[in-house]
Amino acid sequence: MGTPENKIVPAAQTSGFVYLPLIAGWLVPGAGHFLLGKWKRGALLAASIVGMFGLGLAMQGHLYNGAHDVLEILGLVGDLGNGLLFLACRALDLGADQVQMTTADYGTRFIVVAGLLNVIAAVDAHNLRTGRKS
Amino acid sequence: MFKPSHFAAVVLFALFTSVVFAITQRDTPRRMVNFGVYCFVLFVGSAVLLSWLMFAIAR
Repeated sequence: MGTPENKIVPAAQTSGFVYLPLIAGWLVPGAGHFLLGKWKRGALLAASIVGMFGLGLAMQGHLYNGAHDVLEILGLVGDLGNGLLFLACRALDLGADQVQMTTADYGTRFIVVAGLLNVIAAVDAHNLRTGRKS
Repeated sequence: MFKPSHFAAVVLFALFTSVVFAITQRDTPRRMVNFGVYCFVLFVGSAVLLSWLMFAIAR
């Protein structure tokens, strides 16, 4: 019997690779929800995450590229949450080399938080896929 | 280069974060909107409150 915590999931929803929305959502913001047909949610998530990442870059935010100390490792982990956005911008050498003013520091935080929000969104897509959330 | 004021940066941060929190933490559209507004008000409100607190301490 299905309860709110233990819902009955349609058979079509459980077939296939369960982790696909999680991986797609991490690589491309909102893609996990798009795969599940949640177009409005996916579009809002993509707009928010890409918007935040783009504003971070526009504020001359710094993209972490090394792991010289603990804070840089944490920043890199946050940045990696952006998936392909981060990798593409690293490849294109976007982002400031050094933070020299307050708005650039805000930009760096915007980029890190965008990555963390993208991880939350990807996990949400996985929960939708497994039926843990509707 | 985009150079927002401190308050504009707070509002933008609160807006984007609240949207993601609302969609990921609630199930129905109505509850999403309520939770998003709640998060936004808390983000901006706490930033304004802490700013005044730091202003008072600095004086």
